[in-house]
Amino acid sequence: MTEQGREPLDVRIDSAAREGLTGTAPASIYRPLLDAEQVTVAPDGRPVEMQPAWRTDFPIDWPQDQYVERRDFMKFMVLTSLAFTVGQFWIAVRDWWRSRRHLTSGTRLASISDVPVGAARTFAYPTEHDPCVLVRPTAQTLVAYSQKCTHLSCAVLPQVTDGVIRCPCHEGLFDLATGRPIAGPPRRPLSLVRLDIRGDEIFATGVEDRTV
Amino acid sequence: MSVNRPFTRAQRTTIVNGMLAFVLMLVVLQLWLLTATMNAYLGGDHSVIWPAAGVSLACLLLNAGLLRYLYRLERTRK
Repeated sequence: MTEQGREPLDVRIDSAAREGLTGTAPASIYRPLLDAEQVTVAPDGRPVEMQPAWRTDFPIDWPQDQYVERRDFMKFMVLTSLAFTVGQFWIAVRDWWRSRRHLTSGTRLASISDVPVGAARTFAYPTEHDPCVLVRPTAQTLVAYSQKCTHLSCAVLPQVTDGVIRCPCHEGLFDLATGRPIAGPPRRPLSLVRLDIRGDEIFATGVEDRTV
Repeated sequence: MSVNRPFTRAQRTTIVNGMLAFVLMLVVLQLWLLTATMNAYLGGDHSVIWPAAGVSLACLLLNAGLLRYLYRLERTRK
């Protein structure tokens, strides 16, 4: 080592300090400078000597901290985005599953002779937890609806002579012919059970949830 | 002659801020989509479910693309 702190340059072309360079400069001058981003900067931007003692003990590189926190927040937001997309597809898959469940070739409900004109009978369709009601207002007409009121899911009761289906909980009324709400709190029609008459037999072939 | 110089930290912070603004807008849009779709689904309206799922997926892909760019930025720094 010399007094300037630099090693003397070995002039040989294949010396270790030159590392294959063809010029006469030592390889060390090609080393990258110290990365300025590695220098700690206090929040107020003043040099380290002017900072309080506690900050010397707990240095905070404010620009680096800002960069890292925003980067990590962005990663978290992308994860949140993934969660929302999963939720969206969960709704879609549930809807697809429900619509598949309603597709049946037909479930026998009763014989036409079992339902006299003006009478009604209950049944469960498509599962045992879905109560429905089958009504025969006239000799030529058969209608079936879900028995759950679209207001708060009370069991509705057909009143064939008045041409309505009534919900006793909050005095909601539905039109017997269409299942649409005509009075009271319900705003949506009753779910319609699709019927298929095969000879003397009545079959349920699907459920149609309706909004209007 | 073009030189591919890595971004400085200040430049990267600006880029991340911009990307974060986009990501936040997209996430808010997705939140709105989710609540609107759930509302429609529970109300018996099934027509919007799959289109909304498609739009939400597109938002996720955009966000994932931005995140991928962020990782590339990090790689070029090293």
